[in-house]
Amino acid sequence: MAENIPMLALSPTMEEGVIVKWIKQEGDTVAQGDVLCEVETDKATMDYESPVEGTLLQITATEGQSVAIGDTIAVIGEPGEQVETPKRPQLQNVSVDEEKLQEPVAEPILPETSVHPLLTDKPRSSPLARKLAELHGLDITDIKGTGPNGRVVEADVKQASKLTPVAIAPVSRPGDEVIEITPKRKLIAKTLAGSKFTSPHYYLKVNVIADNLIETRKKLNADSDHKISINAFLIKFVAEVMQRHPVINSSWQDDRIIQHGTIDIALAVSQPDGLIAPVVRQCQSKSLTRIDTELKALVEKTKAGSLTSADYANSTFTISNLGSFGIDEFTAIINPPNSAILAVGKMSKQTVVGNDDKIQIHNCMTLTLSCDHRIIDGTIGAKFLTDIKDMIEGSV
Amino acid sequence: MPELTYREALNQAIDEEMARDDRVFLIGEEVALYNGAYKVSRGLYDKYGEKRVIDTPITEGGFTGIGIGAAMAGLRPIVEWMTFNFSIQALDQVINNAAKMRYMSGGQFKLPIVFRGPNGPAEYLASQHSQALAAFYAHTPGLLVIAPATPYDAKGLLKSAIRNDNPVIMMEAELLYNTKGDVPKEEYLVPIGKADIKRSGTDVTLITFGKVLHLATDAAEQLQTEGISAEVLDLRSLRPLDEEAIIASVAKTGRCVVIDESCPVASVGSYVAWLVSNKCFDILDAQVELVASIDVPMPYNHRLELAVQPSAEKIITAVKKVLYIN
Amino acid sequence: MKAETKDIAQYDKDLLSDLLRQMLLIRRFEEKTAQMYGLRKIGGFCHIYIGQEAVCSGAIATVNLAKDYVITAYRDHGHALAVGMDPKIVMAELYGKITGCCRGKGGSMHLFDAAKHFYGGHGIVGSHIPLATGMAVKIKYNNEDGVVLCFFGDGAIHQGAFHEALNMAGLWKLPIVYICENNQYGMGTDFRRASAVNELSKLAASYNMPGARVDGMDVLAVYQSVTDAVKQARERSKPSLLEIRTYRYLGHSMSDPAAYRTKEEVAKYKSQDPIIILRDMMASAGMFTEDEYAVMDRDCKSIVAEALDFAEQSQQPEIATLYEDVLAESEE
Repeated sequence: MAENIPMLALSPTMEEGVIVKWIKQEGDTVAQGDVLCEVETDKATMDYESPVEGTLLQITATEGQSVAIGDTIAVIGEPGEQVETPKRPQLQNVSVDEEKLQEPVAEPILPETSVHPLLTDKPRSSPLARKLAELHGLDITDIKGTGPNGRVVEADVKQASKLTPVAIAPVSRPGDEVIEITPKRKLIAKTLAGSKFTSPHYYLKVNVIADNLIETRKKLNADSDHKISINAFLIKFVAEVMQRHPVINSSWQDDRIIQHGTIDIALAVSQPDGLIAPVVRQCQSKSLTRIDTELKALVEKTKAGSLTSADYANSTFTISNLGSFGIDEFTAIINPPNSAILAVGKMSKQTVVGNDDKIQIHNCMTLTLSCDHRIIDGTIGAKFLTDIKDMIEGSV
Repeated sequence: MPELTYREALNQAIDEEMARDDRVFLIGEEVALYNGAYKVSRGLYDKYGEKRVIDTPITEGGFTGIGIGAAMAGLRPIVEWMTFNFSIQALDQVINNAAKMRYMSGGQFKLPIVFRGPNGPAEYLASQHSQALAAFYAHTPGLLVIAPATPYDAKGLLKSAIRNDNPVIMMEAELLYNTKGDVPKEEYLVPIGKADIKRSGTDVTLITFGKVLHLATDAAEQLQTEGISAEVLDLRSLRPLDEEAIIASVAKTGRCVVIDESCPVASVGSYVAWLVSNKCFDILDAQVELVASIDVPMPYNHRLELAVQPSAEKIITAVKKVLYIN
Repeated sequence: MKAETKDIAQYDKDLLSDLLRQMLLIRRFEEKTAQMYGLRKIGGFCHIYIGQEAVCSGAIATVNLAKDYVITAYRDHGHALAVGMDPKIVMAELYGKITGCCRGKGGSMHLFDAAKHFYGGHGIVGSHIPLATGMAVKIKYNNEDGVVLCFFGDGAIHQGAFHEALNMAGLWKLPIVYICENNQYGMGTDFRRASAVNELSKLAASYNMPGARVDGMDVLAVYQSVTDAVKQARERSKPSLLEIRTYRYLGHSMSDPAAYRTKEEVAKYKSQDPIIILRDMMASAGMFTEDEYAVMDRDCKSIVAEALDFAEQSQQPEIATLYEDVLAESEE
């Protein structure tokens, strides 16, 4: 029973060996343990001892030849025995590496990691997530958690805030003054940061010729003691146009959109300690005069600092007008839970190229509408804004 | 219900199990003629004779290994270590042989053997004789580890251990042997692997085992006078741990203090603290606190040795920390 | 103790034949084991028994494994075969397959067969000597008729476990035969460089038991001396210590090129090969022919080939089995 003698791993890391020299020759009798040949491994030259006894019938790997582990280097058997063309020995038809590849990759069975049933109905967020949410002025309960069992984790807050990890604390300088944050400032920070970081804003801009508006206002005010403000006009126009575009008058709530039944428009008013936006309610059913009257009362209350939450909470749309501060145009942050805000720049004389290609001079102002894209698609926002433009320019 | 000392409860357990099963025998230093270094085996030599209550030379590795070999061959030895400090001499036998034999043989052997003795510091014994070694054994798969703190649990758990087909390490304590408690006349067993609520509470869970259980209940009593309701969970078994009971208690309180008289690094207590912070992460109101011995060898001086170990005061401080009370 | 050719006539031919076959099977098995290790079919620490076959073959042939016990250290392939374990499941264990005697959890150093009273296969030097002693305690405790054969190497004899266990065996008069297989090297250290006495059997005197040195290249000497020691243990519950001097042809393990020995020394022992010696003695006594030997050798080779084939074809253990057999599930 002739036996193929394979190259063996003679060092732990060897992959193939070079036959340096054959010590035994074909026809020699060998005992188990006799040195057959010398093999150079990746480490050293080693003696290859015969694993079996018998007669060396054939040498199949010549001196100088490099042989992979498992490949036949010689055949040993009984004297005179017929040698078949040596192949790799039967047992390593599959080489070691191939066998490894063929092994099924077992699914590791890991210890139970799911949340214990006793713990499932509790609110979940990681301490780091809570800390980070506070830093960004976010309400942790508004954030959808992607961790185990809906746990809000750092990544969720980052996603919500669209910010990279942690706000960098400013380096202190000599003469720095620490200003404690008032509750109102804190609320503004939280509300506006929440809006900016959770509602995807986009901005639409139009230039409006206001000649007719100025003319109309002048006429109305000339006939009466009641001087109607530009802001009252704007509120009225928005309320009118919004009835044609009710989508604008909506709020995003979790995974739903609430389209409001009344149009309650807020006007941003600045105060020494921050911004506030008193609301004119039910604008869809109020006259211009009525709107103006209510607006004036609210502004008075604001200046007196006597607004209550009933006066400023729960608007459905907001207007911010920085025209009187000399600002040409600006973009505003949506005032939650609104889905849009109208930013109004100053009125000024501008050159306009008329339909007759002649240069004309008009009173103009720029309106910028910030929209929450979750609710308002671009075309809807655009129609809403151009309808306002038309209404202002027509002023009827 | 009769009141027994912890020592008497152990003696009853061994006596009852030896009477019940001829294969059970007691082997160790001074267990026979001397009636046990701590008198746990009092009277057993007279009752069962030298065949079943066997004095050995001072050779922990040797007689521990002999016990393991006898268990492999079908006997049910109880190996008494005079203290766990000396069990370190036999650690090779327990870790390499008792804990591995079944697994390494592909399930061919059972090893019904109990190793027991006092563990942890007593008083004035200095560092070689004052070690709390639960972690050494609880670390090793293939072993069961129990650490009863009351006479009732000691008797019930020891009887379960003797009847169990696996190697069981039972950690007693010198300072527990004279403590008393109710032990029923009727036969009973305490299952291995079940924790026990020794005191019910709602504000914080104190998880502990062994001798320091009594510190935890003292602390809980004192906290009660300040209006703090502490639940005391006695693990009783360290391997396997009763994870269900741990989670259920912390789910109730949301706060957890672990008390383990061992040194803190890689201890049973630190593992339990990890387990709680892992399994109960979302419902914890504070970090898990660990009250352990200070990380030094035990000094001889009494004032110093007391300062090293957990105390009711240290437990109360930790409880206030997790309750955010200054 | 050395058996002479003239003594051979006193032995039953079947016994001699069985001893020869046993040694030859171990030799062929180990040759293939070494080769498969070189082909990386077998991993880890692998200690080959070639050269020492007479020790376990001669010793284990003296006991009745229905009531007696055998336990050894990590150079255990020979003992496993000598107690009658199927070479297939031994080879499968070396391969780490699920069909191995320990379901692939023990490997080369930890072979077990509880049913055949083969209690391992132990990897920590000397640590199993107290276990063996505990088995003898069990025999005595139950008033049984058995004995324990406890094998270990010359390296183990200086471990505390050896001395602790032999002291108690001597003290308690336990039915056990301690067999030190002195293959003359504790890993790479000549035993004379590790021992205060060169005659290891002298250590028996400390523990009030008889001790003797035996020629481990002569299977009949081993058989005879262990027979006597077993008889003493069985009939008079008296322990003993035998130093059986032998030689391993290969390195300590498969990763040891054994450069600490001279070629001349290895050649000297190979010239007293236990298989050749017994074969030649039987032939000179007219009890065995060349042809019979050739048939025996072919049989052994084919048994080993089948074992290899079986191991090769066997499945890897499922990952789930890693959780099995940590603890016994039943309770008394």
